[in-house]
Amino acid sequence: MNLAWRDVRHNLFRFLLTCLGLSLLMAVVLSMIGIYNGLVIDALTIVRAPAADVWVVESGTQGPFAEASRIPGDTRASIARLHGVTEAGSVTYQTAEVDFAGRTHRLYLVGFEPGRPGAPLALVAGRPIGRSHHEIIADSGAGLALGDRVPLGRDRFEVVGLVENQVNSGGDPAIYLPLRDAQILQFELAPPAARVQTARGAPPQSENTVNAVLARLDPNVAPDAVAATIRQWKHLSALTQADQELLLTRSVVDRARRQIGLFMGILLTVSAVVIALIIYTMTMEKLREIATLKLIGAPDRTIVGLIVQQALALGAVGWVFGLALVLLIKDYFPRRVVLEPVNALALAAIIVIVCIAASGLGVRAALKVDPATALGS
Amino acid sequence: MGQGARETLVETAAISKHFGEGETRVDALREVSLTVGAGEVVALLGPSGSGKTTLLNVIGCILEPDGGRLRLDGETVYDDRWLRQDLRRLRLDKIGFIFQFHNLLPFLDATDNVALVLRLAGRERTAARGRATELLDYLEVGNRKDSMPANLSGGEAQRVAIARALANSPRIILADEPTAALDSRRAGIVMDLLRKLAAEQDACIIAVTHDEKIYDRFDRIFHLRDGRLEPREGAST
Ligand SMILES: Nc1ncnc2c1ncn2[C@@H]1O[C@H](COP(=O)(O)OP(=O)(O)O)[C@@H](O)[C@H]1O
Ligand SMILES: [Mg+2]
Repeated sequence: MNLAWRDVRHNLFRFLLTCLGLSLLMAVVLSMIGIYNGLVIDALTIVRAPAADVWVVESGTQGPFAEASRIPGDTRASIARLHGVTEAGSVTYQTAEVDFAGRTHRLYLVGFEPGRPGAPLALVAGRPIGRSHHEIIADSGAGLALGDRVPLGRDRFEVVGLVENQVNSGGDPAIYLPLRDAQILQFELAPPAARVQTARGAPPQSENTVNAVLARLDPNVAPDAVAATIRQWKHLSALTQADQELLLTRSVVDRARRQIGLFMGILLTVSAVVIALIIYTMTMEKLREIATLKLIGAPDRTIVGLIVQQALALGAVGWVFGLALVLLIKDYFPRRVVLEPVNALALAAIIVIVCIAASGLGVRAALKVDPATALGS
Repeated sequence: MGQGARETLVETAAISKHFGEGETRVDALREVSLTVGAGEVVALLGPSGSGKTTLLNVIGCILEPDGGRLRLDGETVYDDRWLRQDLRRLRLDKIGFIFQFHNLLPFLDATDNVALVLRLAGRERTAARGRATELLDYLEVGNRKDSMPANLSGGEAQRVAIARALANSPRIILADEPTAALDSRRAGIVMDLLRKLAAEQDACIIAVTHDEKIYDRFDRIFHLRDGRLEPREGAST
């Protein structure tokens, strides 16, 4: 007969209540992991979406995500002619606030050339942009439906297609629109001061600028070599896809990683202390029974087993409840929460270790108890 | 009843035990020597603080004395030091404890409380439960075998506890005020039962008691005072 289980069953309601409390803690830990993962993945989706090999940006910058980058619109043609480049496309990126359907939406506008690198892939609804005018493809997180007509600048744009999970590192949902429209919007949505400057005839900022040119390469050509070639051009710089991802992970994600990492450390410490206290209390409440067990001749193995098994059961049930809870609510978070199986398993491993370590306190108390206390005369 | 050639099951020789030092020193046992034979039911009697529980704990190998010698069932287990490492195993095999309060494990039903000690002694599951049921029947609480301790009356719980003490057929049964929590009718029933057991299993029973109404149920009574055995040891009746 398993004493640990019998004791738990005898106080099942209280045990489950304790597990529930613990599971809330686990749920918070798991959400933190999920939020962090979501942050990393979100930060990278926009960079990965166009499936580019090389990013051509303004010289001296690490654009277009980490720094502002502006290059002439005709750069694309020169890049496309380079040896090893199979396709090239111009893109623009800008954030905009749009009032629509009674709410202010913060959107990430991505201008692209239909049919060239930068165009949204993997639509979940609707169709690609056909007319190159006043049509957009929206991320489903923007809350827009097919057929919605969204005011951007002086015009209204019709939603013709939807993509999923495409947000910038700040979590703003992406809106894809034709490059030409995007360039006009860059001007129209620019701060008034800049527009006044331009209107006054100050160095005319050409309307035909883009933020980056994306190149796809022949698989036999090394992206680094192509990037190096491009960097020799005075006004241009280039990053490979790997550079770009690394840059984003470093700049955007690194601080979040440390922030969330520290918080998770605190949470895990709190969990460990809570588990230790619970197990210690559970043991102290059973001291008389433990003394009786010793008196009737139960070996230490039986007593240690009782405590450690209960500790592990507590951790396991707490973990299962916590995981279930997070899986249940994760889609209601305002930003993406992504839990990989490996995260849940890592937490399980940590909990096992914490539970065993936390049992130590209870086990010590249990092994010290004098069997004579059971006589209690 | 004289001792005759009866087999000796418990023998203490000049057992001493003190607690504390200096001002607070208490000599709980002073050179206590006694022998109890198979089939005997004896009482330890004395005022509160006279050392009855201490003596019982020493005989039960849960308290180490300062000195002296202790023989249980023909084996010397203490001679100025413990001679055995596995005292719990010794208890499991040779000694049954009956407490003032039943001390049943609250999370096991009556059968499993009894079966537990059999399992600990290495009996296989169904055999353990079978024997436990038999014992409960024998103690006339078979009808409560599936009850949890919290749902048993005082008398029922005490009988389950006695069944547990007997499960491994120990030859030495130690009882600390076994009837204190019972009314006099039930106390009489429990004592009669213990007498019957001692006779049937050729075991000895050493019981601490304050309970005058059961004095006549003992073969011999040891009087303790200030940790010393008084000479007026005597048989009742
Ligand atoms: N663990 C202990 N620590 C200190 N003193 C003790 C302890 N156990 C018993 N004593 C003392 O030893 C004496 C005998 O105690 P005990 O054997 O419990 O007496 P009884 O059971 O006859 O009432 C008492 O004075 C008691 O205070
Ligand atoms: Mg006492």
